[in-house]
Amino acid sequence: MTRTFLGLPVRRGARTLPDDVARPGGHGTSASAGRASDAFGDVPHPDAPLRWGDAFPDAARVALQNTQLRRNLAHATSTIRTKRAAVVGEVPDWEALRDAGSAIKTDVMARLPELLEELERNVVARGGVVHWARDADEANRIVADLVKAKGVDEVVKVKSMATQEIGLNEALAAEGIAAYETDLAELIVQLADDMPSHILVPAIHRNRAEIREIFLARMGDAPPDLSDVPRELAMAARAHLRRKFLSAKVAISGANFGVADTGTLTVVESEGNGRMCLTLPETLITVMGIEKVVPTYTDLEVFLQLLPRSSTGERMNPYTSLWTGVTPGDGPQEFHLVLLDNGRTDVLADEVGRAALHCIRCSACLNVCPVYERVGGHAYGSVYPGPIGAILTPQLTKASGGLSGHDDPNASLPYASTLCGACYEVCPVKIDIPSILVELRAREVDADRGRPTGWGAAMKAASFVMSDARRFRLAGKAAGLGRVVAGSKGRISTLPPPASGWTRSRDLPAPAQQTFRDWWRDRPADAPRTEGGEGR
Amino acid sequence: MSARDDVLARVRAALGAPAPGPGPAAGRAAASGGTAPAGTVPREYRAHGDVAPGSAEVVEVLVDRLVDYRAHVHHAAGPADVAALVGDLLADATSVVVPAGLDEAWLGGLGDATAVVRDARDDPRTPDELDRTDAVVTAARVAIADTGTIVLDGEPDQGRRAVTLVPDVHVCVVRTDQVVQTVPEAVRLLAAHPERPQTWISGPSATSDIELSRVEGVHGPRTLHVVLIGA
Repeated sequence: MTRTFLGLPVRRGARTLPDDVARPGGHGTSASAGRASDAFGDVPHPDAPLRWGDAFPDAARVALQNTQLRRNLAHATSTIRTKRAAVVGEVPDWEALRDAGSAIKTDVMARLPELLEELERNVVARGGVVHWARDADEANRIVADLVKAKGVDEVVKVKSMATQEIGLNEALAAEGIAAYETDLAELIVQLADDMPSHILVPAIHRNRAEIREIFLARMGDAPPDLSDVPRELAMAARAHLRRKFLSAKVAISGANFGVADTGTLTVVESEGNGRMCLTLPETLITVMGIEKVVPTYTDLEVFLQLLPRSSTGERMNPYTSLWTGVTPGDGPQEFHLVLLDNGRTDVLADEVGRAALHCIRCSACLNVCPVYERVGGHAYGSVYPGPIGAILTPQLTKASGGLSGHDDPNASLPYASTLCGACYEVCPVKIDIPSILVELRAREVDADRGRPTGWGAAMKAASFVMSDARRFRLAGKAAGLGRVVAGSKGRISTLPPPASGWTRSRDLPAPAQQTFRDWWRDRPADAPRTEGGEGR
Repeated sequence: MSARDDVLARVRAALGAPAPGPGPAAGRAAASGGTAPAGTVPREYRAHGDVAPGSAEVVEVLVDRLVDYRAHVHHAAGPADVAALVGDLLADATSVVVPAGLDEAWLGGLGDATAVVRDARDDPRTPDELDRTDAVVTAARVAIADTGTIVLDGEPDQGRRAVTLVPDVHVCVVRTDQVVQTVPEAVRLLAAHPERPQTWISGPSATSDIELSRVEGVHGPRTLHVVLIGA
């Protein structure tokens, strides 16, 4: 992985749109690419969307130094938490909806093969084409070939986690195809050559002043007197993308739900960029994870209540589009659905971990997580951050060691939690994230068993000492020497490694003057049993 | 093996041969609600609202939600009222696109300076033509009071999806007998024709992408007028 530091920018070749300067109205980025003033802070440049950067503990330590980031996140997450609580509170049957949503998803996983075949059958029956992709490379190849077959070198995109996960934009760029993100937050991230840090609001780590700077420097056609008022910023994005929408020939989207019994696809959005992409171009390519299928059309009545209130904290998002194959005379006349595995079947194979596939990507768990609120999304080193990312990312990358490899940064993700349980409380489909985190921690520890570690050596030594009374007594006496280190303040604040791992964030109390064994031996015979001796 | 067969085989294998046995958390995860046996989905949630479709109460809720989203709500007693309202709302518009199946009576109040452009599936306007049009007038399929949502399903009085998307002002005429209280009531009604392309609209386009503060008006119509007939 390469990082761009202020003053030392290194741009990823693949992430940059091809030759923007030659594209009037395009994202004018590459002309000044090499200048230091162009870099918007320390932004991650991943090689793999599901595994980048340092392991969580190290990445979190760096992120915690960024006070601006913490301010932005605290403001944004507290805003959304309040909104969500208000609109969830007004639904009398919220818990019944969660129960239904959870049960539907459990049912989906149990019947996934039949449901996928049913979805395929119904999409094809309505004039769509269904493709299957084992992994990211295969999905990217399918999409790139479809775009090239249309003879175009640019596409418009609706925000989609699945296409983030497979690195589609980079893959298309490598084929000479420019992918224009049209969601406002994705646009901000793309213009800043940044990575998303939130499932729903990828630019949540940016405040309005930073967004204004990004637009002015990178948009190319931003009004020079642009202020940092959110409405003005939104209007600049509208003007910037208008032409693209009206002229685009091919659009790429994800899907929130794919209905098996009708072949209907659903995209939930706010700005209208989704409708633009799903409606105006001649060709629509939708990339959908295989876990997004729902059995029946009426199941939408559950999820279309759970999702908006959980994600943006609205009673309903401004726009939801539903389409079934091709409708003659209305919308794209060519529709491709790419069904994506990319590690999902590995997650499914785990009876406990598979509940992570129930996720409907609302991001409520991110917004309530005390860890996420402080470190932000980038520290998780995956396009799926926060509590759901901590259980989903290691499992999706299980085949390449994401869960068991002691050197794999993803193996540390299940520890990125205090197990406070807030994520489970808000999850609209009741994914028991804390229990899965504990389970994954156990798996990681099991996988590491037998490998020489400091921890293992320490436990062996402790076992040797504690299994013999004489050795234990001597060790007790030796520990008393710790009083020298502790000094007059009675506590030990710094120790050399490896014990520094403890004292870095906690003090160690000074050992007692007298060991319990000595006190027991020396205590006065008639001392009341409820009192300790003087050596206590 | 094709990718299709391979993925399906992997899914079947994943379900048939559960991997590493349940660890310490398995019992808790199983006890915590997320694991009803396949095929048994509890549906204890409300299938209907407390108030009847089309009632004054349900319309009141809808109006409250629409206003909360910064949509503009107008009341009309009948087609003549609608025509007068549409004429007033679009007095400054030089052009208005309407789906071919729209009730002509609703357009009677438009001034001579306003050109009416027809659009149909077999006679569609291009995106650029729509972009040069100031406003659109449509009917609706159903409205959901609890969430302030209007659903269009592409029938001839509601038009192609593009016509309600590109023009900057959308005037949507909803009969009060089309208003239901809950999402399930609307979904079950729409389930009669799931193949129709649907657009669910809850207020004008909006974004919460900047510091999670809601801003109305992005790529979709920035102004939404809802005319309720029969209120």
